[in-house]
Amino acid sequence: MRLRSSRVDAYAYSGGCPVREGEPTVVFIHGAQHDHSVWILQSRYLAHHGYAVLALDLPGHGRSLGPVRSSIEDLADWVLDVLDAAAIPRANLIGHSMGSLIALEAAARRPAAVCTLSLLGTSAPMQVSPALLNAARDDEARAFDLINAWSHSTVNALPGCPGPGFSIFNQNRRLMERQAPGVLLNDFAACNAYQGALEAAARLTCPTLFISGQRDVMTPPRATSSLVAAVGERLRTIGRPEPEAIRIPDCGHAMMAERPAEVLQALKTFLNRHLGSKPVD
Amino acid sequence: MSERHYHRFDTLAVHAGSSPDPTHGARVTPVYLSAAFSFRDSDQAAALFNMEQAGHVYSRISNPTTAVLEERMAALEGGVGAIATASGQAALHLAIATIAGAGSHIVASRALYGGSHNLLHYTLRRFGIETSFVDPRDPDAWRAAIRPESRLLFGETLGNPGLDVLDIPTVSAVAHEAGLPLLVDSTFTTPWLMRPADHGADLIVHSATKFLSGHGTVIGGVLIDTGRFDWEASGRFPELTEPYEGFHGMVFAEESTVAPFLLRARREGLRDFGACMSPFNAFQILQGIETLPLRMQRHVSNARVIARFLADHPMVRSVSYPDLPDHPDHVLAQDLLPRGSGAVFSFELKTDRAGGRRFVEALRIFSHLANVGDARSLVIHPASTTHFRMDAAALSGMGIGEGTLRVSIGLEDPEDLIADLKTALRAAEKG
Repeated sequence: MRLRSSRVDAYAYSGGCPVREGEPTVVFIHGAQHDHSVWILQSRYLAHHGYAVLALDLPGHGRSLGPVRSSIEDLADWVLDVLDAAAIPRANLIGHSMGSLIALEAAARRPAAVCTLSLLGTSAPMQVSPALLNAARDDEARAFDLINAWSHSTVNALPGCPGPGFSIFNQNRRLMERQAPGVLLNDFAACNAYQGALEAAARLTCPTLFISGQRDVMTPPRATSSLVAAVGERLRTIGRPEPEAIRIPDCGHAMMAERPAEVLQALKTFLNRHLGSKPVD
Repeated sequence: MSERHYHRFDTLAVHAGSSPDPTHGARVTPVYLSAAFSFRDSDQAAALFNMEQAGHVYSRISNPTTAVLEERMAALEGGVGAIATASGQAALHLAIATIAGAGSHIVASRALYGGSHNLLHYTLRRFGIETSFVDPRDPDAWRAAIRPESRLLFGETLGNPGLDVLDIPTVSAVAHEAGLPLLVDSTFTTPWLMRPADHGADLIVHSATKFLSGHGTVIGGVLIDTGRFDWEASGRFPELTEPYEGFHGMVFAEESTVAPFLLRARREGLRDFGACMSPFNAFQILQGIETLPLRMQRHVSNARVIARFLADHPMVRSVSYPDLPDHPDHVLAQDLLPRGSGAVFSFELKTDRAGGRRFVEALRIFSHLANVGDARSLVIHPASTTHFRMDAAALSGMGIGEGTLRVSIGLEDPEDLIADLKTALRAAEKG
């Protein structure tokens, strides 16, 4: 479906069924050089189990129009503009990698709009190695190879995503090839430049879930700990529950495809537990 | 982060798609001979049926053993996935039926395996799908044959019977200019000799019965989607870009940006036509693929020795093998097939139909049968078998002479093969 306003012209995948009014909204935000399709299994399940789903294509990615946004802060504003365009006052935000930073920043900018926050494959800061940045600038094909090799814990993740017989590894490679030239460098530069994660954590008011892949080398679990601690301190201060941190064994950065069932289980348990959770203004 | 690299071909041929069995630790992929798979609970059952979770339901749609073969072939071909089918013909039909229907049109090379020609020229026509056959070496002919209702271009990496090398970069460019995918049959070359995805092909089919299996034991096919073709940008494939009522209004291109074709092929074609592969056959083919690199090296080196022997023999009028300098596609073969032009080729004896028959009957190591890609060397004489009803003029129109023989060179000692051929050549000569 398309969500349009004077500020955005966005595509959102609704999980294979129409968005139903009155159901709690879940907004999925993908990472660098990706689109909505990385969430296929999690978004389809939740859409058919009582949630209104919007799996976004970020601007300049996939089917969403407009130039890419060059900072996490701009992308967070874009997500909030999409919520406005869809007349959604409150949503559960779920972000992966770069998308986790966008979700975090959006939740900090407008706490009243965010019921829960789920951050997958996140870290603070989210520094991109010079080798990868250089490759993104000078040789995108090599950058795709590096990302693909670093994003997967195995070439044999079963049962496959979206099902048996599909290659998770090669789908990720082709999906990266589909984005326009220059998008990768833009996305990586945005991740690299973002220094606001801990400040954003200090403004959160909603229940927060962290999901890490035990074998993630792009955003290793240890690189998430400072953000988990900062969110924990903030939520304790305002009397909210501690953040939850789940580590999935034998799982790399591409966790939604490598361990789709485990990621879904973590998300739906968290969302269902906090169903009806009211944001704190 | 340490530098990581992609696993290379020989490693993928042994490992891709498989891991130790989680229940018993079996290291070799087990044969899961089970028609159906138990659901944990009703919620999981519904989720599996509605593609909300990944898993196996019924072996016509997917099977754990077959899925290993599919993932291995996807890895070897650089595809986003694969579907194993009951035969190579079933793979070709599945590829076509996924995006073509009554009123559709196909542009195909005229240098095709006879079974594929039958499917396109006779059988699919009965279902309203027409095919125009073109000279595979003429890019303008490919371009001129494309119609508004065309859905794909199709050729073999090595054509039949003249071993025409398909100029995949050129033909795929013609296809893509028209917003169409290029489908290739890569049976003769296997991914070890060439990965069509690297040259511009969009969809790949194999008869896995041949070199992939390698031992002439089972029938099977594989369809691979490279994930490169942008179905939505093409605008010619509502099957993938508009709601499909046969699966809850699913818009395949929205579900998966890079693999909508495979989603529909599995959710519709395997489900409804049902030409799935037996898990036992998948197991046999997996065993074959583990040694594919080693076998193909030997197949090719043997074929080169035999082709040179025949080319130098006074009883042989010509040998059609792209590795030889006088083949019309020799230069192209050096570019696209640097590891060799496979192990199947044809040659023309200076004899009549009876001489060809005597040649075949005198062979003792070569097996006289209608197959290729076996560990054993194989031979067939088209004028007395597959094309026996045709007179010399009709044969000539198909590029086949009365003394034409097709061989598939196996893994035996090449000196023994040459000795066998010498005996047969003497028999053909004596009359």
